[in-house]
Amino acid sequence: MAGNIWVVAEQWKGSISDATYEALALGRDLAGPWGVRLEAVLAGHGVRALAASLGRADGVLYIDHPALADGTGEQASRALAALAAERAPALVLVPTTNVSWDLLGLLPARLGAPLVNFCRQAEVVGGAVQFSSLLYGGKMAATLTAGGAPVVVAVLPGTRPAEAGKGGNPPEVEEVAVDFTPGPGIRWIEFEEPEAGDVDITQLEFLVAVGRGISNEANVEVAQELAAALGGAVCGSRPVIDQGWLPLVRQVGKSGATVKPRLYVAAGISGAPEHVEGMKDAELIVAVNTDPGAHIFAVAHYGIVEDATDVLEALAEAVRKRKG
Amino acid sequence: MKILVMMKMVPDIVEELEVAGDGKSLDQEYLRFIVNERDEYALEQALLLKDRLQATVTVVAPEAPEVDDVLFTARAKGADRAIKVTGLPVGSGARATAAALAATLPGIDGALPADLVLGGCQSIDDLDGFVAPLLAAALGLPYLGLVSRVALDAGMGKATVSKEYAGGVMGRFEVTLPALLGIQGCEKPPRYVPIAKVRAAIAAGGIEKVAAAAASASASAGVPLEIRSMAKPEAAGHAEMLQGSARDVAEKVADILAARGLL
Repeated sequence: MAGNIWVVAEQWKGSISDATYEALALGRDLAGPWGVRLEAVLAGHGVRALAASLGRADGVLYIDHPALADGTGEQASRALAALAAERAPALVLVPTTNVSWDLLGLLPARLGAPLVNFCRQAEVVGGAVQFSSLLYGGKMAATLTAGGAPVVVAVLPGTRPAEAGKGGNPPEVEEVAVDFTPGPGIRWIEFEEPEAGDVDITQLEFLVAVGRGISNEANVEVAQELAAALGGAVCGSRPVIDQGWLPLVRQVGKSGATVKPRLYVAAGISGAPEHVEGMKDAELIVAVNTDPGAHIFAVAHYGIVEDATDVLEALAEAVRKRKG
Repeated sequence: MKILVMMKMVPDIVEELEVAGDGKSLDQEYLRFIVNERDEYALEQALLLKDRLQATVTVVAPEAPEVDDVLFTARAKGADRAIKVTGLPVGSGARATAAALAATLPGIDGALPADLVLGGCQSIDDLDGFVAPLLAAALGLPYLGLVSRVALDAGMGKATVSKEYAGGVMGRFEVTLPALLGIQGCEKPPRYVPIAKVRAAIAAGGIEKVAAAAASASASAGVPLEIRSMAKPEAAGHAEMLQGSARDVAEKVADILAARGLL
């Protein structure tokens, strides 16, 4: 008999994150065929009330410790490793988000357990769990199995709809005392919200996103012209932020924003999973890239294989003409 | 102040990737390697700290195709030492790489203890773990990842660092040194170095070679991931492709937007 399936409940800004519900939905799909319990593990300080929203789990294991108030992977990994040593779960599903990033890195080390990273799918095949992971920036998919227990699984956002992990009756909550020694060295000071004054890209209906393929900073202005013609704003993928061409608040995807505009123009963006998770639900996606094999074309509704700057310029002109 | 920077090579995904004959690994024949992008930011962060403080920067990277260029470039940019760890097979995985580095670093004269160890917080081939936190755990150092700002108060043995969360929110942390930080970005893009300086570094031949020490059985064992198959991902859907000149496709897109009431 396999051990139970755990889902690490991730907290962000006082709530359970959507990525947690997505992982719970995946865990639910595995727990049934595998014949094991699905348990959510909530670790923090004074956050027991959050357990009420984890009803899709069969039960919640709640660890309350002052050292867990800071949400660092350093402390959470120690607490979870101590509890896992006692309870021997088979799988530990952890959302792949910036909030859980350090936990994902440290927990396998503390447990001496394997990590299945970049997991986008898992199913029970012949009594064992088979995983599918996206590698190399989304350019390859690997099917794999993992021996030993527990196995830590980094669940990519979008693996299941968050709604499928919500609901259910208030779960049974077991408060567990965990004996662990908090690690020294990392002290949380504060969260810094982005500077006010810039646009909030999550609230706009029209976004023109630029990526590495726009080649240079001057071309951001071309994107800005189109955005102005549409009545929206320019945003970008990670490489553009790294270059300092746009501020971090304009980043879409991991570390950045999740956006759902009516129109998303992706210019010179390859479509790495970290970017796609932030924009895949846009109502209409038009992608321009010189590489016909770019992953963004698997996500977009309309695609154009062309130099991004040329198309942005022509589209700005066409939009202005239509709007008179 | 001593700063150690971990770098590693990864397949260049700008090139077309192909599956090998075994159906479960990358075809190595046409594979090109480039340095893990986040590791370049780790080096830049170290060099920025060196610019501001009296610090020495040592770069360590496992042997891999093109790694000499990366190490010479690091030297040309200002790294004081560049060390290539030999004997670790290419594509060893994060777990084995971290275990080998943890076993090897203590034997490198002057590498450890370092006040700060920096490495990229992720790479595209991290199927079985992330090197930086695995190494931190193995070396017994506190770890913080997704870091994009580091300010050192060397006299106090502390650093104030900023970590990226989501939507532009940053978390500020005080880190007691020594520590290992997984770098996501830094204040500036990696610095440009003229090719003449790289050539000068090559001419000076400043790469030290160290053979990887055998990792302890407990660190290298327990990595039982088995890849059953590898393939290019099947897309759930595909965009309808618009053909024609930039002007033609722009008109077509404008038609689509107008038909949807978006203009």
